Amino acid sequence: MGVEITTTRLEDAAKWAKSTMVERTSNWGRKFSLFTYPFVTACCGMEFMSVAGPKYDIARFGAEVPRFSPRQSDLLMVVGTVTEKQGPAVKRVYDQMAEPKWVIAFGVCASTGGFYQNYHTMPGVDQVIPVDVYIPGCPPRPEQVLDALILLMDRVQSGRGHSQLRAKREQLIAAGQDEG
Amino acid sequence: MAQKVLDSLKAHHPAAIEHTESQHGDEIAWVKRDHLLAVATWLKTDPTMRFDAPVFCTCIDRLDWRPLGVPLSQAWTEDKPRFEVCYQLRSVTHRYRIRLKIAVLESDPSVPSLAGLWPAFNWQERETFDMYGIRFDGHPDLRRIYLYDEFVGYPLRKDYPKEKRQPLVRRDDLPMNPIKVAREHKPEHK
Repeated sequence: MGVEITTTRLEDAAKWAKSTMVERTSNWGRKFSLFTYPFVTACCGMEFMSVAGPKYDIARFGAEVPRFSPRQSDLLMVVGTVTEKQGPAVKRVYDQMAEPKWVIAFGVCASTGGFYQNYHTMPGVDQVIPVDVYIPGCPPRPEQVLDALILLMDRVQSGRGHSQLRAKREQLIAAGQDEG
Repeated sequence: MAQKVLDSLKAHHPAAIEHTESQHGDEIAWVKRDHLLAVATWLKTDPTMRFDAPVFCTCIDRLDWRPLGVPLSQAWTEDKPRFEVCYQLRSVTHRYRIRLKIAVLESDPSVPSLAGLWPAFNWQERETFDMYGIRFDGHPDLRRIYLYDEFVGYPLRKDYPKEKRQPLVRRDDLPMNPIKVAREHKPEHK
C-alpha cells in the first residue's frame, strides 16, 4: 500500500488544527530536544562544527547533543556530499532511527548534488531518504543552519515532519477514517 | 639531470625502449610492454639506479586527443594505442626521477603488474584498473578499490557518459524536491 506523504500547507494546517493536546505537548517536547546524528561526509562538517561550537551555539535551540548511534537520535543531519556507494549506508542509518525522525540536508551537495554532476555523486540525499529541510549554501552560513533548525522546529511542533505525517496517515488508514 | 638515467637505460635495454623524451624537466621512457618487468627490475636492483620510491601509477586515455591540425576522424584508430599507462619512479639514493610509459591498445588493455616489485603500486594499480579498466597481469588482488562491485564500466574512460550514475539504492515513494522538479521541467536549450 503506497502511503501518500506529500502534503500542501493547507492540509497541514487542517491536521494541526485537529491534533490533540497530547500530540501538541509531546511535539513541543520533541522540538526542544532534537538529538542530532551528524552524518558528516565532507567539508560542510567544518561548518557544522562551527554551528555546534560555542560561537553560534546550536544548544540555544536544544539540539546540541550529537548522538553517534542512530537508535538514540531523532534528527539525521546529512552534512556534505553523499556518493552512490554511500547510499545504502545512509538509508540504513535512517531506517535504524526510531520514530519520529527528521532529516536535514545540510549544504547543496546533500540537497541536490551541488556542483557534482558525474558518475559517483548522488544528486541529493532525497533520492534515498525523505528530507524535511534543505539548507542551500556551499557551505551554508551558520545563520542559515539555525534558520533551518527553527524551520524544522516549526515542522516538529505542527506535526509536519515526513515521518510524523506518515505515522498519522497510517493511523488514519488503520482507523478507516482516511478520506482520500 | 636524469638524462643519464635515460642514456643508461637505453644502453642496457636497447630492445625494450621505444623512445625517450624530456618534458619540463621530467624524463620519460616509453617501454615496450613485454619488457616492462625486466626494465623495472633492473631499475630497482641496479646499484647505479636504485629506484626505491614508487610515486604513482596512472593511465591516460587518448580517445579524443589529437595533434593540432589532425581531423577528428583520424585522431584515434585501432592500431594506434589508446591508453598510456604511466609509472613514476624516484630514486632517493641518487635523486633520480623517471617516468615509464607503456602504450596499450584498447583491444588488449593489459600491462604486467609492478606490485610485486614495489608493494605501494598494489592499490595504485587497483585504482587504475577501477577507473580505466587496465588489467595488470600478475597483480595479487586485482579488483575495484573505490567503486562498488555492481558498477559496470570504467568511469574515467573518455567514452563513459559524463552523467551516467549507477545507483545502488533508490526509493520512488519519496516526496519530490521542488528544486529538482523545476529543473527537470525546464525546456531544453537547443
